[in-house]
Amino acid sequence: MWDNLQLLFVWAPIINVQVILDGIFVGAVFALSAYGLALVWGVMNIKNLAQGDFVIMGGYLAFALHQMHVPLVLILLIVMPLMFIFGWIIYVVMIRRIIDQDMFVSLLATFGLSLLLQQVINLIFGPEVQTIDMEMPVYDAFDNMVTVPSSKIVTLVLAGVIAVAVVLFMKRSRAGQAIRATAQDPRAARVLGIDIDRVYAFTFAFNAALCGAAGVLVSIIWVIQPFYGITYSVRSFAIVTAAGLGNLPAVIGAGFGIGLFEKYTGAILGTAYEVAAPVCILLLVLIYRQIQMRRNRQVVR
Amino acid sequence: MSMTNRTMMTYAGLALFGIFGPILFPQYTLTIAYLWMMVLMASTWDTLGGQMGYNSLGNITFFGVGMYVSAIVQISFFYEGGVGEYTSAMGSIKPEFTAAEYFWGLGLGILAAGIVGLLLSLVFSSFMFGLRGPYFAIGSLGLAIAVAEITITINYVGGASGISMPLFPGDIEFRSTFFYMLCFAFTIVSHFLLRWLYSTQFGLAANAIRDDEDKAEAMGIPTLAYKRIGWAIPAFFMGCIGAVAGNMAGFIDKEVAYPIPTFGIFMVAMALLGGKGTLWGPVLGAIIFHVVKEATWTYLLNLQWVALGLILIVNIVYFQQGIMGWLQTKYPELFGIVVDTSNIADGDEKEAAR
Repeated sequence: MWDNLQLLFVWAPIINVQVILDGIFVGAVFALSAYGLALVWGVMNIKNLAQGDFVIMGGYLAFALHQMHVPLVLILLIVMPLMFIFGWIIYVVMIRRIIDQDMFVSLLATFGLSLLLQQVINLIFGPEVQTIDMEMPVYDAFDNMVTVPSSKIVTLVLAGVIAVAVVLFMKRSRAGQAIRATAQDPRAARVLGIDIDRVYAFTFAFNAALCGAAGVLVSIIWVIQPFYGITYSVRSFAIVTAAGLGNLPAVIGAGFGIGLFEKYTGAILGTAYEVAAPVCILLLVLIYRQIQMRRNRQVVR
Repeated sequence: MSMTNRTMMTYAGLALFGIFGPILFPQYTLTIAYLWMMVLMASTWDTLGGQMGYNSLGNITFFGVGMYVSAIVQISFFYEGGVGEYTSAMGSIKPEFTAAEYFWGLGLGILAAGIVGLLLSLVFSSFMFGLRGPYFAIGSLGLAIAVAEITITINYVGGASGISMPLFPGDIEFRSTFFYMLCFAFTIVSHFLLRWLYSTQFGLAANAIRDDEDKAEAMGIPTLAYKRIGWAIPAFFMGCIGAVAGNMAGFIDKEVAYPIPTFGIFMVAMALLGGKGTLWGPVLGAIIFHVVKEATWTYLLNLQWVALGLILIVNIVYFQQGIMGWLQTKYPELFGIVVDTSNIADGDEKEAAR
């Protein structure tokens, strides 16, 4: 650990650039899935533990499409609607029945969904680690100390485009307005003629589509494996608990923060700790929130 | 602790099954041992999850920690080289323990595992009980994952490659009978402890906390103390049974010690299937779950995990109140919830006639 610290801050501080860049690349992807979670959590009070498995599912869809030689942009345009339909089906079959229930029910039911998705993906694609090789050029900087694959830049741009599109959609479109109205007050929204059930279905499906997009990006810049989903779920939860619901800039900020934290932990303590890092962040955030609330004699609920 | 005839019959039936089951079907001894283990897990989960309303997804942490603690105790007490040397040899060192050494080590290991589990739960209690509802569930799940991930980075306990446990001094039949008896004994002890506990003030306080914690606190119930006890008891038993399970498995690593997606969720699912918040619900749920799992497992080949996810979803989404809950609403007289006074006297005869 000491060696790594010295390497980072004394001998070759330029490596920091690499770590920060990597953190930003992965943070952009985390922010996407975390925003989906925040949306579902805020609008319909469902804590979706299958969030990470939606991401992985999107990744595998992209992987399958890539093997059929579909170009990247088209992959994104195919995966997102597919995941949207999938999310709608899941809503009708499962989520609609647990929406008024105890909050723990939604956690457990979506954990069951997560197990199911993992296993189905495992059956179809096998347990091997997969990635999409876009065969794009890799740029070097600072005497080969920093490498930036252009595929990562492309995904960052794509993530940015999706984020902007989502923001505009939520702000401007009728559907986005309906979602925001429902989040504020479902009863008033119903009185004003908004079909709550359809808004819920749309929100959940929209979340699935966002996760699918995140999955496509993950499969390009990183690796996917059927059982990696849980770490994405944990990251999303960490980001949302840190940023709060319905606060898009904070979600994006927290996404980048977690990405950077994870990469720095990996660089300093070794990659074995990279999985533990987001979980520890989640715990730290929860503890910090408790201390904050305790001042007002309240609890985190 | 008064018992009705029906409860006595149930205990007698379970005791007969527990004693004669492995004698009649020796090839299923370990399967039945796992059945008792799951009964213990579901019952102890219910203390915090069902009775107190704090749905923990992290009780499996104590199971894994107990496993590792007992391994350290068992090896370090009777092997001079120490645990570090033992684990760095990757199982090539096979120290010959005498029977006395082995059983002493095992006993101490199980005890230490329980105590460390209990202490760990007290540490967790200090920063977890300000969380309510889903935050507690997510936080405890995070704890389980974090502890599991940190365990495999510690080379002292074998890191990612795991530890092989000391060899059992005796033939394989004696081994399975011995571990069977341990599991059975721990399940009985935990069951009667919980039964007694729920009949005391603890049970009332726990249910008050579940129903409305703020009001309970306003009534002067020391909620935090009760919650600590409510987590310490499951933690102690999970640690002990983890130690037993580690020795039963013979080899421990992250997958064996922290089975978060399997046992960690099974115990919740079993308690929910049987009906949470009741003494018998988790027992019933565990028995049904285990029997269904063992009966269908071999025929499903690769689909067993898919089926398991489906069972979980169907159970939670469509059948939330559980079997005991369903029975309670369907036949309230079975549970002594009788309103009509003319039925009280001959309630039991009517039951018999039914």
